[in-house]
Amino acid sequence: MRIVVLVKQVPDTADVRRLDVNNGLLDRDAGEPIVDEINERALEVALRYKDEHKAAEVVVLSMGPENAIKSIRKALSMGADSGVHVVDESLAGADALLTSLAISRALEQTRFDLVIAGNESTDGNGGIVPAMLSERLGVPLLGFLANVEITEAQVSGERQGDDGTVNVHAGLPAIMTVTERFDYARFPNFKGIMTAKRKPVETVTLAELGLDAAEVSSLDRTEVISTAERPARAAGTKIEDDGNAAATLVEFLATNRLV
Amino acid sequence: MAHILVLAEISRHGHVADSARGLLALASRLGDPIAVVATREPLADDLIARLGSLGATQVYQAQSEQADTALVAPQVEALAAAVATLNPAAVLLSHSFDGREAAARLAVRTGSGVLVDAIDVRTEDGRIIASGSVYGGNYLVDSTTTGMPIITVRPGAIDESAPAASAQVISETVTVDAAKAGMIDSYNDAPEVSVRPELLGAKKVVSGGRGFGSKENFAMVEELADALGAAVGASRAAVDAGYSPQTTQVGQTGVSVSPDLYIALGISGAIQHRAGMQTAKTIVAINKDADAPIFDVADFGIVGDVFTIVPQLIETIKSRSA
Repeated sequence: MRIVVLVKQVPDTADVRRLDVNNGLLDRDAGEPIVDEINERALEVALRYKDEHKAAEVVVLSMGPENAIKSIRKALSMGADSGVHVVDESLAGADALLTSLAISRALEQTRFDLVIAGNESTDGNGGIVPAMLSERLGVPLLGFLANVEITEAQVSGERQGDDGTVNVHAGLPAIMTVTERFDYARFPNFKGIMTAKRKPVETVTLAELGLDAAEVSSLDRTEVISTAERPARAAGTKIEDDGNAAATLVEFLATNRLV
Repeated sequence: MAHILVLAEISRHGHVADSARGLLALASRLGDPIAVVATREPLADDLIARLGSLGATQVYQAQSEQADTALVAPQVEALAAAVATLNPAAVLLSHSFDGREAAARLAVRTGSGVLVDAIDVRTEDGRIIASGSVYGGNYLVDSTTTGMPIITVRPGAIDESAPAASAQVISETVTVDAAKAGMIDSYNDAPEVSVRPELLGAKKVVSGGRGFGSKENFAMVEELADALGAAVGASRAAVDAGYSPQTTQVGQTGVSVSPDLYIALGISGAIQHRAGMQTAKTIVAINKDADAPIFDVADFGIVGDVFTIVPQLIETIKSRSA
């Protein structure tokens, strides 16, 4: 079983994250770049399968600038076997359509039985790249899973729905995405950190994925027209509870027609 | 007038999803709204009438044997067939679980850009523009695409309704390649049939934090929510501690809400939590710690003990409505 885990490097949500108001793109200098936590949960699913099935291979794949290697090494230190880094200057600011094209080519080259991704990133919140990959690669997607069972032949689990959940399955090869219902990931141990440095990471450019500039520029593109920073919220009334605070609050709510 | 396609999601109990109203309202702003539905059996007359009453001038019903068994793929085939026939100016879907996967797969079929999680849509100089609220509402970003845009709309973001229409039906048959789709085995209905509003799109939300100390104590949050007719939310800390289900988590991870009223009880207001609620119209916070960051965004803050104040609130609100 060859499992590829998709990893995105994002600004830490515990820091103040900024957009460049001139082009609407992420200000990569604001916020510490880290592995998006949902991807660590995805990796944990793969590593648990590997714990039980020693022959399984876990590959982490990330598309991002040069420094995304940091996130790949982190995943390797947690227990992944090897990495693939898709990096190319013409991918800067890539939208989902282009991102999915590049990653789908990389997945075809890397080969996979199962691809595990997070349901959505904390910086884009689109949650659409895995479904685009499924369409491009012609393999089933089980998205937004709350739990999973992986066998040699198929993947099954409970998918979040808008009214309850749905039990779903798909034959391999397939793509699945995890939600926060999955467990937190393990921490890298000392041995993992030491061996991560020696694990192989392949770097691939768009040309190496067989994509030329003409094909890339022929895609429809999403364009940011304007980016405006919303004025910060100002604090309002703050009172100490002297025994009447509840009554004062209900008055406030009533005045504002909220009760 | 330009055709605007809307994916109308139908629940397995045969109801039109709540998202359809807002999507059709936006579509009628941009052009001629057409509801696209994937279905196994021909749609019942009352369902077609319902879509018409929400503004659909046409209902494109794509019948598929696999409409109840294949995951999202029937909706993608329905939309792809409708796009090929009707040559729309835009396709609108809900930013729901099914909606965004259908949007993504359709985008690859048609080679279109996707504008995600829009809170508003407009036409300007002949271009269709979607507005999004990014990084927990810290930024408002307007975007467009070079071709036909596929737009997912945040659930609950649109209040308006389209003028009612009398929907004409277009019927088509589509086939799904089952080998390329996830398959549905069975459904698990939401465990409790709750009279409480859904968190996503709720007009009022009452959220509790780790300050409640136990699942039993957390019931107080639910009681206040019920007194106000509000949805129940929770901080990540409260969810991790097992006080409230993960589906109630409000924040950067979890659900982002934009209600008229958000009451944060015993929630300190870490940056990740604020990212999921700071666009609420009115924010109320109750916390023991006068320095809690939640007070920086609260319109009305009380420094005090939730165990004292919340029961008083419940009583006062109940006596008002009695």
